[in-house]
Amino acid sequence: MFTLMALPYANDALAPIITPNTISFHHGKHHKTYVDNLNNLVKGTEFEGQSLEAIVTATAGKADKAPLFNNAAQIWNHDFYWNSLKPNGGGVPAGKVADAINASFGSFDEFKKQMATTTVGQFGSGWGWLVADAAGKLKVVKTGNAEVPMTQGLKPLLTIDVWEHAYYLDYQNKRADYVNAVIDKLLNWDFAAKNLG
Amino acid sequence: MQANGSAITRRHFLQSAAAGVALAGIGAPAFVRGAAPLAHQPLPYAEGALAPVIGAQTVGIHWGRHHKFYVDNLNKLVIGTPFEGQPLDKIVMGTAGKADQQALFNNAGQIWNHDFYWQSLKPGGGGKPPAKLAKKIDEAFGNFDEFRKQFAAMTVSQFGSGWGWLVADGAGKLKVVKTANAEVPMTQGLKPLVTIDVWEHAYYLDYQNKRADYVNALIDKLLNWEFAEKNLG
Ligand SMILES: [Fe+2]
Ligand SMILES: [Fe+2]
Repeated sequence: MFTLMALPYANDALAPIITPNTISFHHGKHHKTYVDNLNNLVKGTEFEGQSLEAIVTATAGKADKAPLFNNAAQIWNHDFYWNSLKPNGGGVPAGKVADAINASFGSFDEFKKQMATTTVGQFGSGWGWLVADAAGKLKVVKTGNAEVPMTQGLKPLLTIDVWEHAYYLDYQNKRADYVNAVIDKLLNWDFAAKNLG
Repeated sequence: MQANGSAITRRHFLQSAAAGVALAGIGAPAFVRGAAPLAHQPLPYAEGALAPVIGAQTVGIHWGRHHKFYVDNLNKLVIGTPFEGQPLDKIVMGTAGKADQQALFNNAGQIWNHDFYWQSLKPGGGGKPPAKLAKKIDEAFGNFDEFRKQFAAMTVSQFGSGWGWLVADGAGKLKVVKTANAEVPMTQGLKPLVTIDVWEHAYYLDYQNKRADYVNALIDKLLNWEFAEKNLG
């Protein structure tokens, strides 16, 4: 049985950038629905009892497994999203992550610009990511719907959800305002450092 | 007589100019360099006319910002391309499936889809379709309730942003299909009759995660069956 990950903070802790109203639907309804769906879908299949990562990897790119992949990957992405944010986050990272960002983008401002542009530029539902490629170089990428960077050999460090449900109650059509506010005030650079390894 | 005729000519010219579109290059020096921009089609009803099924705020933002954004984007993107000055459906079909024309297609497809969506709805719509269309629905789905069930299920099941459609295939048989993001049924040889927008922006302020409630309410209370029958041809 998969369970809905508990939020790593109170549901009003990200306000006013992301309000408790948005989080209550996003975590309590959308994220939970993916968990409930996956539990129903794996019943009686070879995937029952397997880990979330194993299901995501085994079903990625297989048209006949799309419902399993969509729900499993959306659980994985949302788990990763909640961990990518924290109250009083944002700002400029220090240490190893800062070094990797400067080496890869030239400067933190250049990273910020690329992260915002790529994430805002995802057409339709999807995700913006800071990732490390196989050579350890950092990049920003976007994925559509439930797609994950791991299937392209990329290691995710942080993500921003740009399904409209992530920001519509707070920002409506102004996706760029949401993305910039998340980058400036909520990104969890400790989580990114841990993922960089 | 002279003055009167002149006034008519002048009024006719002003109407053409206000309509904004295809002929604006003729006799309108401001547009001589390039072709006229593509128009943001007006709503066929007031913003509040679809309430309470779709709230006035949702319609205001959906039509006034999302739909308009695609129009503004496309008018910028076509400049200096072979698509400048072409009608919308030509741009949609000319860019579909071409990876290097993705931005043009996405914006053109979304203008086309939204123009079609607003016309697919009307205040006091829904209910049973007119006779000719009802017969086609019975032939294809068995009965209206079965159609309604399949149309709702297909539309609700679109994973992520997209559209649900009632279409006619090449043989004239009706079907329900879904398309993702900006995709249109015409590229699959299907003739669209009515559509339902299931990008979350279409229903999030009114229904949040309850997409099925939005889709069912829209089918029951807003579908414009006269528009569908007209499209059947
Ligand atoms: Fe989400
Ligand atoms: Fe829309």
